[in-house]
Amino acid sequence: MQGFPLLTLLIFIPIVGMIVVLLLPKNADNNVRYTTLGVTALQLVLAAVMMLNFDYSAGGIFEASSFQFIEKVRWIEIQNVAFLGTVKIDYFLGVDGLSAPLILLSTIVFFIATLSAWTIKKSPKGFFAMYLLLNAATMGVFVSLDFFLFFVFWEVMLLPMYFLIGIWGGPRKEYAAIKFFIYTMLGGIFMLITMIGLYFSATELLADGTRAYTFNLLALMDQSNYLADGILSASNPENWRMLAYIGLFAAFAVKIPMFPFHTWLPDAHVEAPTPISVVLAGVLLKLGTYGILRISFPIFPDITRELMWYIGLFGVINIVYGALAAMAQKDFKKLIAYSSISHMGYVLLGMASLSSTGLNGAIFQMFNHGTITAMLFLIVGVIYDRAHTRGLNDFGGLANQMPVYTGFVTVAFFAAIGLPGLSGWVSEALVFVGAFGVESIRTLTIIGMLGILLGAGYMLWTLQRVYLGELPDKWKNLKDLDKRELAMLVPLAIITVVLGIFPSIVLDIMTTSVNSLVEFLATTLN
Amino acid sequence: MDFTSLHLSLSNILPEISVSLFLLIIVSYDLIFSEDKKLIPYIALLGLVVTGYFVVANMGLTASAFAVTSVNSGGMVAIDPFSSYFKLVIIIASIIVVFFSMSSKEIKDIYKRSGEYYALMYGMLLGMLLMVSAIDLILIYLAVELLSLASYVLAGFTKLRDRNSEASLKYIIYGSAASGMMLFGISILYGLTGVTNLYEISTALQTTQINLYTLSFSVILIFVGLGFKISAVPFHFWTPDVYEGSPLPITAYLSVASKAAALALLVRFVRTTFVGSVDSNGFWVLFSLFDWQTLLIVISLFTMTLGNLTALWQKNLKRLFAYSSIAHAGYLLLGLVVLSDTGIFAMMMYLLAYLIMNLGAFYVVMLISDRSGSESIDDINGIGFTTPLLAVPLTIFLVSLAGIPPTFGFIAKLNLFIAVIDANLMSVLIIALLNVVISVYYYSRILKHMYFHKVDESTLTIKVSKIDTTIVLVLAILIIYFGIFSTSIYEFVKNSVKFF
Repeated sequence: MQGFPLLTLLIFIPIVGMIVVLLLPKNADNNVRYTTLGVTALQLVLAAVMMLNFDYSAGGIFEASSFQFIEKVRWIEIQNVAFLGTVKIDYFLGVDGLSAPLILLSTIVFFIATLSAWTIKKSPKGFFAMYLLLNAATMGVFVSLDFFLFFVFWEVMLLPMYFLIGIWGGPRKEYAAIKFFIYTMLGGIFMLITMIGLYFSATELLADGTRAYTFNLLALMDQSNYLADGILSASNPENWRMLAYIGLFAAFAVKIPMFPFHTWLPDAHVEAPTPISVVLAGVLLKLGTYGILRISFPIFPDITRELMWYIGLFGVINIVYGALAAMAQKDFKKLIAYSSISHMGYVLLGMASLSSTGLNGAIFQMFNHGTITAMLFLIVGVIYDRAHTRGLNDFGGLANQMPVYTGFVTVAFFAAIGLPGLSGWVSEALVFVGAFGVESIRTLTIIGMLGILLGAGYMLWTLQRVYLGELPDKWKNLKDLDKRELAMLVPLAIITVVLGIFPSIVLDIMTTSVNSLVEFLATTLN
Repeated sequence: MDFTSLHLSLSNILPEISVSLFLLIIVSYDLIFSEDKKLIPYIALLGLVVTGYFVVANMGLTASAFAVTSVNSGGMVAIDPFSSYFKLVIIIASIIVVFFSMSSKEIKDIYKRSGEYYALMYGMLLGMLLMVSAIDLILIYLAVELLSLASYVLAGFTKLRDRNSEASLKYIIYGSAASGMMLFGISILYGLTGVTNLYEISTALQTTQINLYTLSFSVILIFVGLGFKISAVPFHFWTPDVYEGSPLPITAYLSVASKAAALALLVRFVRTTFVGSVDSNGFWVLFSLFDWQTLLIVISLFTMTLGNLTALWQKNLKRLFAYSSIAHAGYLLLGLVVLSDTGIFAMMMYLLAYLIMNLGAFYVVMLISDRSGSESIDDINGIGFTTPLLAVPLTIFLVSLAGIPPTFGFIAKLNLFIAVIDANLMSVLIIALLNVVISVYYYSRILKHMYFHKVDESTLTIKVSKIDTTIVLVLAILIIYFGIFSTSIYEFVKNSVKFF
């Protein structure tokens, strides 16, 4: 695979697709759809090729040599800029066990969401153009190894999301779109401050033997690169590392979303069209936790250890609060949105353990949450397309009317609850085992386990309210799933079941990297 | 007096000479062909191109003009990369504004008087070109007045609406007060030092004992005059009314070119007069007579905060962009706040980005308001679907104004913030960043009107001529291009941070 720009293709195929979509004539809606489908299918193939050539024994994380599919080109380089010295920014891409599962997940979710977007009637051309731009930016975030590049892709995601919610959303779409925009922008600003602070604190050895300030994430992880008096250098007794860490964490926390930054999520979800909910829950929420693992943890290992209890605390708050809020919902989609907050809490708790088991569980939970929640939102979409309402109390007895559909609902619900044999169970178990093993967050873990109970509570209650009992007359003519909907749900259900039985398919991808991350966190600056 | 080196001086001020000549050509053409004015804009364009050529030819030059050993050894006019850069920026802005005027309905309506219009524009241009390179208090004042007088007239030039005259009158009243104060400040400074050349003033300030209070008083008075032109708070009150009342091409011109000229003058004034030396990190060592930094921090932060907060409530697009341009004046001043070459570098870069994005945004607003007859934000409801050729470029300009990557606006803001962090002004940085978040709100409101509204009978469909489409698209593509490939811009600006 040497020399084949796989990651660049992964990012720029959707951009090319977007341009094609924009150039297509106005009434060629089907061509637009097939172009998008083709692009996402191509990405899926690329991701498969990537996995086939993936070296399971390479760690990555902080070591440039063990990253795979590396592409490194000097993007901006200027000598002697007004006394800043050389300004250089690299176009630096690479994959390790941390990003590979998430890239795989994104390609799957984007492909399925394209199918789900088939029914979009209002200006499909604009929709798919924005969708592809979002796709490109997401891939960019997952493969960037330069902070500047990462930030650019991170911010590029903002605008397509704003339009996708604001134009194609539900009744209160404008409010939801603006809220999402402002929250994420505020988070982005925190990230920007930390980024510039890091830039001025560390230098990187260039090929010609001189040193220059750097945005290179791997160089920023190496403590020997830091200047003695940098504002974010650990060796500087008056450093701002704690504040920078919190700022950066807040930027990522908005995306997760972590309590108390979560309030945009239910609004955005409820107002977003189904495919966007799927992408939002399936992929975009993972960007927050991915960012923490990729940037916050290895660059600030000392602060991470210091604050791990608080990370765990917020994780547990997310779990319990999300579950309680979900229970109180009358709107099906809002319920799933809050359950999603709850499930992202598991990821945080697993990360807080800083142990190999916990982190494996956290990343696996990210993957599983992506597939399961995507399924749940598709399920809501199916019923909303038919009945044009999402009120939990408006339904009942759908099991008899739509048996195939209810079958998938059962798989998804039980996977979300964490029934053994389905994928959700494996990751939740790993998270709890990992977190329980760490003395300092043991109490938190026990409280967090409450989430399983609450989760079972609201999920089963929903199952009962919507699918069991007596069917109201007005829903007597609802049709069961059609072929397109089956094509979306079947692969996700298969993934859920197969990963429940053979979790090592995904776990093996990440284990080496997780181990090296855990070791790095334990030894650096200790 | 000694005029032996006069021919050398003249060759150094070729751009100014070219502007003056073309000014005369326009006026005489206007007199000779009193019926047919079609060619005038093209003459104006030709003049700008010729002037631009002379500027580019002088790009690397460092020299001064009109130095007379017995009277004024420092000279009147400095030619250095810094001034050439600003001249180029001003000329590019002027070229775009000429295109503006050619397609503006407001200016087409006064076709008969277009000779005067372009002549006055050239008057502004001459004033601005002199402002960016003036190093003598007398020339500074003359240049500022030349710019002001021409722009007072242009602000009320069309006389079609009452607001025009209102704008013009307000501008004159505020403007004459401000320049009166400036003149007072200049006279005090002259009284204190006995010289008018900035370099000689600097020497005088360092060598002789000078009363700090008198000096501060005069400096603040001079700052009033320049702050007025930059529309820095608290000298900004004229801005929204004048911007709203003036014909749109003039609004655009005022918001970019005259701001650039005043900033350049301010930078040169501070840099030449008060900076003792530049240390190895590029920071300016002021001989501590007057605390520029505190003054500039306060002014800059107030300017951006007030501009952004007031912009939140605006329903008129011109007013909204007027307040947004006040906010951007605050960001631009941020580059001077840090008092370092890095800051000036960032400011110059920001100015170029601001030029492209702000002129682009005004261009689109003009095309829309020519069609709708008003500038209400409701005019743009739904045009994202009916007129994507205008809506998409406007979106790019707004994204860039908000400083979101991958646009030139982001690169420019990033450099400003880098300069501020470099100077360790953390609290300033945080306020500036919060301002960015606020600004996102009102820029996104425009997007909301364009895209989130249903298309119905009231939605405008705007037919855009090929040339307008081309200009807008070129500006939008430049914004994206420089946002991704900024190396060439870095190089260009870096080489321009050199003073006489």
